[in-house]
Amino acid sequence: MPHEFAVEMRDVVKQFVTPEGNHLNAVDHVTMQIKNGEFFSMLGSSGCGKTTSLRMIAGFEWPTEGEVYIEGIGMGHTPPFQRKVNTVFQSYALFQHMTVFQNIAFGLEMESAPKDEIEKRVKHVLEMVQLTGMERRKPKQLSGGQQQRVAVARALVKVPDVLLLDEPLGALDLKLRKEMQLELKALQQQLGITFVYVTHDQEEAMTMSDRIAVMSKGKVQQMGTPVEIYERPANKFVADFIGESNFFEGELKSLSKDEAVVFIPDVNMELTGLPVSQGLVNGDTVTVSIRPEKVLIAEKGMNQNTFKGKVTNTVYIGTDTHVYVDLQGKRLKVFEQNRISRLDPGSFYTVGQEVTIVMMPENVLVLKKD
Amino acid sequence: MLKRLRENKSSQGTLLALPTTLWMLALLIIPLLLTLLVSFGKRSPDGDVIYSFSLDNYVRLFGYSTDCDSGQTSCFNPLYVQILWRSLTLAFNTTALVILLAYPLAYFIARADPKRRNTFLFLVLIPLWTNFVIRVYAWMMLLRKEGAINIVAGWVATHIFHVQFQPLELLFTPGAVLVGMVYEFLPFMILPIYTSLEKIETSLYEAAADLGANSIKTFLRVTLPLSMPGVVAGTILVFIPVMGTFIVSDILGGRQVILVGNLIQRQFLDARDPTFGSAASLILMVMTLIVTYFYTRKFGFGEEIVVA
Repeated sequence: MPHEFAVEMRDVVKQFVTPEGNHLNAVDHVTMQIKNGEFFSMLGSSGCGKTTSLRMIAGFEWPTEGEVYIEGIGMGHTPPFQRKVNTVFQSYALFQHMTVFQNIAFGLEMESAPKDEIEKRVKHVLEMVQLTGMERRKPKQLSGGQQQRVAVARALVKVPDVLLLDEPLGALDLKLRKEMQLELKALQQQLGITFVYVTHDQEEAMTMSDRIAVMSKGKVQQMGTPVEIYERPANKFVADFIGESNFFEGELKSLSKDEAVVFIPDVNMELTGLPVSQGLVNGDTVTVSIRPEKVLIAEKGMNQNTFKGKVTNTVYIGTDTHVYVDLQGKRLKVFEQNRISRLDPGSFYTVGQEVTIVMMPENVLVLKKD
Repeated sequence: MLKRLRENKSSQGTLLALPTTLWMLALLIIPLLLTLLVSFGKRSPDGDVIYSFSLDNYVRLFGYSTDCDSGQTSCFNPLYVQILWRSLTLAFNTTALVILLAYPLAYFIARADPKRRNTFLFLVLIPLWTNFVIRVYAWMMLLRKEGAINIVAGWVATHIFHVQFQPLELLFTPGAVLVGMVYEFLPFMILPIYTSLEKIETSLYEAAADLGANSIKTFLRVTLPLSMPGVVAGTILVFIPVMGTFIVSDILGGRQVILVGNLIQRQFLDARDPTFGSAASLILMVMTLIVTYFYTRKFGFGEEIVVA
C-alpha cells in the first residue's frame, strides 16, 4: 500500500554561498505534498528554486534545513542510488559511449537483474517510447526528440516510485515539444507513476499537470490545479506570471459579506459588486486584476462597472485581436477572439475610436497588495 | 589566377597543405628513403658506405653473428635482440607506470574547483621549463652514491635504526632508467587524460548515481570508458618517444642499460657504421608502428592527441 504522498517536502531550506560570500536561500521554507499518481509541476522563472527542489528529491543536493520524504520515509542524506526515484535530465545526460540498449539496461544492471529480464524490460520500454529498432544506435546518431525518449525510457525502465523531469523538453522545437507534452502526459496516465515536472513554460505546465506549484525567489507562491491558478491567482505575482492581467492600484472603500467596492484613483473610477476574498479589511490598499480576455467591449453600457475609453492600438494575431484602450491615461489590454472570419477593415476597431468597456464583477479579482 | 583559386575549393586545400607537404617531403620522406638505401649497404674499412643490396645488417640485428668464439664462421648472438626486447619492455613498463601515476592526478585536477584547475595544470607544466637533459642530470644527482637519496637513507639508517649503511647502487640500473623515463614523460599523459576527464559533464555522474550506480561502478562504467581517448592519446605521446630516446638511458643507465636509441647513436658516432645504424633505426620504426597500429586499432586514435 503506497503512502498517501509520493513526495513530501517539509519546511525545506537550501542555502548556497554566493561567490561574493553571501548566503542565499535558493529554496526558502518550502512545504509541498505531491500525491501518488499525480502529475505535479513546479513552475517558475530561472532562479526560483524549482530545479534545486527537484535535485533535493533526487538526492543530488541535501536540504540545509527541513526534510524530504519519499513514500513517507525521511530521506536524510540517502544517496541518489538508494532512492526509488529516477530523473530525466535537461541535457538528457545519455552515456555517449553506450548504445541505446546499453543506456537503458544500465539501471537494471545496477540492480543485478538477470540478463533475459533486462532484455525483456528494455524491449518493453522501447516500445512504450516508440523507439523499437533503435537499440544498436549510439545517442549521437539520434535526433533530439529520440534522445529525449531514450532519457525517459532509461528512467522509466527502473519503474520508479517517482519520475523527476527537469525541463526535459527545453531543447526541442515548438511543434515537437507540444507532441512530447501530450505523449508524456499519456505515458504518465497509462503507468500511474507520479511525475514531478520542472518547467519555466506556463503553457507546458498547464497542458500536462494535475497540480502546479508556482515558485518565485525560493518560495511557493501558490499551489493548485491549472484552473485554480489561472482563475484565482493568490497574489499579484501569480496573476502576472501566469497569463496576462490588467492591474489597477485601488482602495477598498466598502466591504460587506458578499460585495466589495474598490475606488481606483488613477482613472477615477469605482468598481462595485466585486467578489470578496479572504483577509481583506476595509480601507486596505489593494490590487485589482482582470484578464484581458475577460474585459468586454460593448455597444452600450450596462449598469455596473462601465467606462468610456479610446482605442490606441490594435494588433491582429490570428486567433485574437489585441485591443489597447486608453482609460483616462491608463492603458488597458483587451483580447477579443476572432470568432467570425472577416477581411473588411471596417469590422475591426480603429485607432481613436471611442469604446465602452465593461468589467463584469465576477471577472475582477481583488488582491491584497504585496 | 587568384579568381580561379577563390572559386576552387580543392585547389585552396592543395595550397594550404603545400608548405607542410614540401617540408615533410624534404625532411622526412627523402631522409627516410636515404636511410633505407644506406641500411642495405656495407661499411667500408674506413667507415664509408659502400652501396649495395645486402640484408646483412638486418640479419646481424636479429642474431646472426660472424664474431664467434670457437672458430665457427657463424653463430647466434642475442645481443641486439636483447636490446630490442629491452627497449620494448621498458617502453611498456614506462607507459603503464605513467598511466597509473597520471590518471589519479588528472582525475583530481579535473574534479577540483574550476578556479584552481589552471594553477594545478601550471604546476604540472613547470618541469617542462627546464631542459630535458638537465632534468635527467638532476636525477643523476639524486641517485648516485653520494646523492641526495643515499645521504637521507644513510642518515636514517645510522641515526634512527643504528645500523651500518652501505650506499645503495641506484644509478646505472634499469630501475634508474625507468624512474627517469616516467618522470620525463608524466606531463604528456596527465594533460590528455585531464582534457578528456574535464569534458565529462557532471550530469553524467549524476545520471549514473540516479540509475543506481555507486561511486566505484560509476567510475568503471562511465568515467573510465569516457576518459579512454585521453589515455590512448597519452599512451601514443609517451610510448613512441620512450622507444626511441637515448638520453635518459645514456645518463642514468650508463653501460648497463643499452636501448635501441643508444645502439643507433653508437653506430653512427662511435662505431662509424651508418649502415648498421640505419638498419636499427628502421627496425625501431617498424616495431613502434606495429605496436601503435594494433593499439590504435583496438582503442581508436585518441582524439585528445590534438589537444595535447
